[in-house]
Amino acid sequence: MTKSTDTPVFDPFEEALGVRDVKGRSPWEDAWYRLRKNRAAVYSTFVMGFMILLVLFGPLVISWESDFTDWDFTSSPPGFASGHWFGTDAVGRDILVRTLEGGRISLLVGLVATLVSLIIGVSYGAIAGYFGGTVDRVMMRVVDIIYALPFLFFVILMMMVFGRHILLIFVAIGAVNWLDMARIVRGQTLSIKNMEFIEAARACGVTPWNIIRRHVIPNLLGVVIVYVTLTIPQVILVESFLSFLGLGVQEPMSSWGALVSDGAQDMESAPWTLIVPAVFLTVTLYCFNYIGDGLRDALDPKDRP
Amino acid sequence: MTQGTSMLRHTLSRVLGLLPTLLMLITVAFFMIRMAPGGPFDSEKYIPAEIEANLSAKYNLDDSLPRQYLRYMGQIVLLDFGPSFQYKDWTVNELIGQAYPVSLTIGALAMLLAFVLGTLLGITAALRQNTGVDYGLMGIAMLGISVPNFVIAPVLILVVAVYAGWLPAGGWDWSVASMVLPVITLALPVTAYIARMTRGSMIEVLHSNFIRCARAKGLPESVVIRRHALKPALLPVISFMGPATAGLISGSVVIERIFSIPGLGSYFVQGALNRDYTLVMGVVIFYGVLIILLNFAVDLIYAWLNPKIRYDEKH
Repeated sequence: MTKSTDTPVFDPFEEALGVRDVKGRSPWEDAWYRLRKNRAAVYSTFVMGFMILLVLFGPLVISWESDFTDWDFTSSPPGFASGHWFGTDAVGRDILVRTLEGGRISLLVGLVATLVSLIIGVSYGAIAGYFGGTVDRVMMRVVDIIYALPFLFFVILMMMVFGRHILLIFVAIGAVNWLDMARIVRGQTLSIKNMEFIEAARACGVTPWNIIRRHVIPNLLGVVIVYVTLTIPQVILVESFLSFLGLGVQEPMSSWGALVSDGAQDMESAPWTLIVPAVFLTVTLYCFNYIGDGLRDALDPKDRP
Repeated sequence: MTQGTSMLRHTLSRVLGLLPTLLMLITVAFFMIRMAPGGPFDSEKYIPAEIEANLSAKYNLDDSLPRQYLRYMGQIVLLDFGPSFQYKDWTVNELIGQAYPVSLTIGALAMLLAFVLGTLLGITAALRQNTGVDYGLMGIAMLGISVPNFVIAPVLILVVAVYAGWLPAGGWDWSVASMVLPVITLALPVTAYIARMTRGSMIEVLHSNFIRCARAKGLPESVVIRRHALKPALLPVISFMGPATAGLISGSVVIERIFSIPGLGSYFVQGALNRDYTLVMGVVIFYGVLIILLNFAVDLIYAWLNPKIRYDEKH
């Protein structure tokens, strides 16, 4: 945020009491305070942190390999006796290790594809908003058109065109998920671009590209953070969708969607193969959504009291 | 200019604006699917080169891509989607004609359920803001958004169909019993979105001046809600109908697969995997037209409901 917002708030009561030089709180401090008051968001952050640690280090600690097939315990239910705490699948692979390693892929897709959508969305929205006029109209019309299409169809088509490589999954999902970001960034840019500090920069002869990069985008940070947090669960969901349809990551790699798909096949004989990855996936999406909601309440200036 | 003529002009310009959207949709889908490696005859066991050439010639696949594109566009204008590559003896028109009543029935019922239930839950939560009811309902709504369709569906099948045996686990025979589970699973995420949206906008409306005025003049709360708050509160929900339909269609791809329902979504995925160019294009165009028309209808309803919008020369 800009320095100018740091000025202390004038308060007649403190004035009357003779208290002087109150240290002002920056909008970021305000937001941080509001976020901490939001219990759902705070708990979600802790759960999410725990989940990330579990996914990163769990497979290192557990003695089973994800591709090890334990023929003595195929489709064994959860329990301590077999050593497979969360059971095994039809060919005897440990469900917990597979779920945790699948979680790495799901979270990785979530982060990288969100990054792709972030880069496209922010630059697209900032350019459309800053230049305005015909450029804006044409660019936003394109967004409207794409917005109206069932995007899953296009992801499926893209997966067909480019094959099922993991890198292309990132790009394909990111490439269809930037629309919300572009719209929001454009709206914010429109309101920022007529402010004095932009005018000052323009008067000093700064090029449009540098104004967008140095002055517009840093001021969009708040909304962008909110929508990044809300995009991550969407992206994870899309990847799971694709994997469920058999269009996502391929064996031996796995993701939560692929595991849920496998589990749904033998859910009658071994329901835990469905339930374990489904619970991990759901908890993650739940937490991300709550964190995003909390951040929106904390950072979105529209809702400030 | 009067409101009536400007609205008419707005409608006309919107109708004209639909054509480029449709053209772009068809063009992008056409070239994307042709760029995909593999062809429609790859799955045949072994075809001598001459026969494959003959096959390609029969389906005009040996022409240059731009000529194929122009030929295809010419066909579409006459509403002829051509023969299917995978389902021999079937034209795409016949396949779509057979599948769309199923998909449309599920989709329309799910949309109806989502709209009615979602707005009711949202209003209930808004009227009891920051109470246990509100937190409970919104917690459930968050769950509805976070739990994917393809997780809910198998769990519901397991509990309701396999263990309890109340409903069939899949299939489609136009009976109510075979519709219940697919419609509910398809509607759940949209219901949750609509409930959250309605709650938010209802709370905002209830804090506005005209509601304070309505209360100040002594109207009973139920009348304030029904006559004054409901319409503006539902505006965002109306404009969400377009994206919601797109979401329902995406969801139906998975739902139709899980419940083995012979709808358009399963044709699309099968067609995409088998490089059945004409079938995939047919489904994309069918859904594209549906969504575009629906967005258009939503736009008109929105303008009709919202007196604040005036379609002047500016737009």
